[in-house]
Amino acid sequence: MDAIIILQAGVATGTVLLFATIGEIFAERSGVLNLGVEGMMLIGAMTAFSTTIATGNPWVGVLAAMFAAGLISQIHAFITITLQADQVVSGLALTFLGTGISLVLGEGLSKAGTVSLLPNFSIPLLSQIPFLGPILFTKQSVMVYIGYLLVPLTWYYINRTRPGLNLRSVGEYPSAADSLGISVFRLRYFYVFVGGMLAGLAGATISLAVAPGWFSELTTAGQGWIAVGLVIFAQWDPVRAMFGSYAFGALRRLILDIQGPTLLLGFDNPFYYNPYWGFFLQMLPYAFTVIVLVIGSREAMRKRLGAPAALGNPYVRGERGK
Amino acid sequence: MTQTTPSTPEAPLAVEMRGIVKRFPGVLANDHVDFELRAGEIHALLGENGAGKSTLMNVLAGLYRQEAGIIKVKGNPVEFYSPRDAIKSGIGMVHQHFMLVPSQTVTENVLLGLDDPRFFMRLPEYDAKVAAVGERFGLKVDPRAKIWQLSVGEQQRVELLKMLYRGANVLIMDEPTAVLAPQEIDGLFDILRSMISQGKSVIFISHKLHEVTAIADRVSVLRRGVATASGVPSKGATRQELARLMVGRDVIFALDKKPGNPGNLVLDVQDVYAENDKGLPALRGLSLNVRAGEIVGVAGVAGNGQSELSQVITGLRKCKQGEVKLAGDLVSNRNTLFGIQHGMAYVPEDRNHVGSAPNLSVTDNVIMKKYRQPPISRAGFLDMGAATKLAKELKDAYDIIVPSVTTPVRLLSGGNLQRVILAREISGLPSFMVAVQPTRGLDVGAIEGVHRLLLAQREAGAAVLLISEELEELLSLSDRVYVIYEGKIMGEVKVGGVEPDESLIEMIGLMMTGTPLDQIHKEGVGANG
Amino acid sequence: MAESTSVQKKRAGFKIRVEPRLEEPAAWYPLAVSLGAIVVALILGGILISFAGGDPLKSYQHIAKASFGDTGVLSDTIVKATPILLAALACSVAFRMKLWNIGAEGQFIMGAFGASAVVLAPLLAEDTPRWLFLTVMVLAAMAAGAIWGFIPGYLKAKFNVNEIISTLMMNYIAIAWINFWIFGVWSEGGFQMSPKFPNNAWLPRLLEYAKEYPALRGLTTHAGLLLGIVAAIILWIIVYRSRWGYEIRLIGDNPQAAKYAGINITSNVIYVMMLSGALAGLGGMSEVSGVVHRLQTAPIAAGYGFTGIIVAWLAKLNPLVIIVVSVLFGALILAGREIQPSGVPKMIQGIILVSLIASDFLLRYRIRIVRADAEE
Repeated sequence: MDAIIILQAGVATGTVLLFATIGEIFAERSGVLNLGVEGMMLIGAMTAFSTTIATGNPWVGVLAAMFAAGLISQIHAFITITLQADQVVSGLALTFLGTGISLVLGEGLSKAGTVSLLPNFSIPLLSQIPFLGPILFTKQSVMVYIGYLLVPLTWYYINRTRPGLNLRSVGEYPSAADSLGISVFRLRYFYVFVGGMLAGLAGATISLAVAPGWFSELTTAGQGWIAVGLVIFAQWDPVRAMFGSYAFGALRRLILDIQGPTLLLGFDNPFYYNPYWGFFLQMLPYAFTVIVLVIGSREAMRKRLGAPAALGNPYVRGERGK
Repeated sequence: MTQTTPSTPEAPLAVEMRGIVKRFPGVLANDHVDFELRAGEIHALLGENGAGKSTLMNVLAGLYRQEAGIIKVKGNPVEFYSPRDAIKSGIGMVHQHFMLVPSQTVTENVLLGLDDPRFFMRLPEYDAKVAAVGERFGLKVDPRAKIWQLSVGEQQRVELLKMLYRGANVLIMDEPTAVLAPQEIDGLFDILRSMISQGKSVIFISHKLHEVTAIADRVSVLRRGVATASGVPSKGATRQELARLMVGRDVIFALDKKPGNPGNLVLDVQDVYAENDKGLPALRGLSLNVRAGEIVGVAGVAGNGQSELSQVITGLRKCKQGEVKLAGDLVSNRNTLFGIQHGMAYVPEDRNHVGSAPNLSVTDNVIMKKYRQPPISRAGFLDMGAATKLAKELKDAYDIIVPSVTTPVRLLSGGNLQRVILAREISGLPSFMVAVQPTRGLDVGAIEGVHRLLLAQREAGAAVLLISEELEELLSLSDRVYVIYEGKIMGEVKVGGVEPDESLIEMIGLMMTGTPLDQIHKEGVGANG
Repeated sequence: MAESTSVQKKRAGFKIRVEPRLEEPAAWYPLAVSLGAIVVALILGGILISFAGGDPLKSYQHIAKASFGDTGVLSDTIVKATPILLAALACSVAFRMKLWNIGAEGQFIMGAFGASAVVLAPLLAEDTPRWLFLTVMVLAAMAAGAIWGFIPGYLKAKFNVNEIISTLMMNYIAIAWINFWIFGVWSEGGFQMSPKFPNNAWLPRLLEYAKEYPALRGLTTHAGLLLGIVAAIILWIIVYRSRWGYEIRLIGDNPQAAKYAGINITSNVIYVMMLSGALAGLGGMSEVSGVVHRLQTAPIAAGYGFTGIIVAWLAKLNPLVIIVVSVLFGALILAGREIQPSGVPKMIQGIILVSLIASDFLLRYRIRIVRADAEE
């Protein structure tokens, strides 16, 4: 029950959510809701693990995971962008499909033993900073550090570059973008692919770093769905997504740790003496997601802003203007 | 047909359009239209809704492609396949619905789709450039402001800025004043004059006569896809003359209309104020009334509060002040159900999105307001036998052409769908009916059918409020016509039983463009005609 | 007005033109498209199975034999189909209103919990007559499911909270909730399951009548099937023949038109979510009282709620068609337990759903191949 350990682990496990959430932010910013995050993450986790077993190199596993998840995201892209089908149903289907495929292709992987994992290391100097050093820069996975870089880069890309401007326009007002020569279709395909790749990266982060191994559906245990919820809480902003992800990661660690000691705040720890009380703790991340959704939705209602305006709507050319 | 311009010291032509033809399903929107724009002028394009002015300008802006005719820019023939092509030739259009991304800043909107800057936006640097262009043309707007924070007038300036930044020389403005408050209109006119003084040319689409005479150098008028005037200097033209060119004196349908016999007061709208979806005032102290056995028309140009009026009456929109009474019962600010249960029928202007459920069958659509009562409803259940019987009866009685009553209505033509809606509304034996644009988009035969149904309602003793932008329709059907302008009634004219004459049409035209009736009487009608 | 919205692709002298359908396709057409989509899905699934080292033909043969081979396995298939049927009915009524209730799984689990609570709390004594026991269990299960549907429904109506995510989160909470009870309060001797229910709390099974009809020996089909079929018929009547169902269909197709017809949308959101939850809860009761006979996580939280989504979609939300499709999916799941690799049924479900959604395009659009030189 050491706050620093909980926060340190929170950042580590939260990195999984962070990648998935940022991926979904890209897709949704372009106007495509992709509920298949859970399925894409499983594909990523499975691919990363099995490729690493085959090649012995976890980095090849990471790249393969990103490519595989990106590839499967294109099914969703095709169905919703070209065939203009309902994004909700298609995303659900993608989750089923991703889960099923990863179970079939991941058959037997759970007994595959250990593989070489992604490295953990401390950053010199930075790890010496009091309080923050041990939490953020000591013996963290390389993925955690990649996460640190990804957040500001994503923010800058979305808000301060021309491709980011195009991305936002396509998600907010596709006919305006189209009238100025920006290809709505191409950009939406591309950012669904980016979203898939990041979900794959999230999956690889689980199976090669945070919780190494392949445990079929339990590998992700609904984190893909939490990520979809976090996007709403984050109001489609990567910085808010980072805080949300780390908070969720810390919560998961807290739940584990709270059941350890015999005394809690000076009282007999009920979770220690009645371990099944721990199931109430297990509900917390999910209950918290619902609460976070209520907060996010109310804020969005109040500000009349939030979701990209064209989110969920297929773009049909020719409906522009009058 | 075409009046020629008295010769003036002629500037070179900026744009020349010859013999433009554009067809939409069932409509000839532009019928061999000629149009000339001189460099450095403000040229007004005048016409009623549906006259084809927006279509003509969408062709010039590269949004539509003409089926026949040629376009020349500065004397050179051009082919436009997209708005980008048009902008490259220096032609930019500011649409009625702004093409601006609300969550982005002014500069971001201006730079959207350009090649410079290539990757890093370097906004501070470009904020300055955008501000400089704005400065030059008197377009005061903060480049760092987000679009949603701006007023409609400011957003319009951003649209102008977007085009000027791209180097547009010809600016097409589609009904630019429709969305502006009076004080903003003066500001816009100043901007337009400043642009002209720097060599730009402006096409100003409008149907408001006083604005046209105030700002334009020359005027062209379209009526039903045909140019009725080309390049008339606005100085020489009187408002009455222009109103006649715009509205025309078409033969009014000879309908078999019996003299009216108005009965009790049915609908009473008293001093109603309401806001539109954007929270701006749409109705400002509007009052009108309808009696049993009469059709009362509401004339006006689109967007002057007609939709909001019908929604307040039917309970779909709250009113902030004032009240609506139906046969003495208060109906405003209650739910829709109250009106339905008290004999109110409603033919909404949006057949597809409000008036019908596209994937449900004809039967399901005709019972929309009857499913709560017997014989359709029995103890909470639907008697589908009764519903089908009703649907078949209505199908025969209203000549709805459809393979079967189980066909989903999305497959019906506009005229048939409108008959389904009218059948549903009329079969409820309403004491009062609001019909909004009931003939929009229908062919001539279907229009006549709808007109006969409305007249039958009048003869059956119902009160009918007919909200329409078609003046002929209003004049041939109504007993009285109110004219609405910016959420207020400009005046009321009696038309029942009288062959509408030229002066009456002129009077309505003047009210539609913002002159109250008492002022018209003061000035004297037709004095200059 | 829009100009022609057709998409054109040039291919060696021919153009593929995609145009919106303007008339109703023949009655056989949607069925043919759905069947075609399933065939395509099975072929794609076969490719993936062989990629994973299996033999697709054998797998499919096995599925057919292991689920319809004789009365015994047919009965097992029906046992598997029953929870799917009720879960699919739950999904169908919510989807009809375009409410994406992905929480049938959790509502199903809560239904199982509600029914179990009657036995285990205990609300009724062990020697309560069977009819009373079962009736109270059904009511408790439906109430528990309805509560689990009410929460996201209320949040949707009140705060516009995305029901997809809230219902999904409620699934995980439901699992933790029953785990709490069976690991702790109701644990049988420290095992992760509750004690077995008394026989009075079991739904009648066919094998109980084997004395009179020997052919029924060993058949485990239980009265839950009856509950499912009755629920399907009632739901069909509600949706297509009641005032409420009419309102549901109208809101689902066009909320604007519903408002125009004077229908209150927010209260309907809550009611429909509760109905949906109650139906899924009934499924949980049927499973716990007809098959498992005790509260235990793995067999209850076995994904029936998710399969129900696919079944509802495949049946085009028609309750009566759902009966048939559930049996097919029951077969798939039953046979799947013996197939290697074990994820095959789930994957095939996913592929079927994907191809079904994609095939919808063919119902909305017409694809014509015309010569490139043949201009309109």
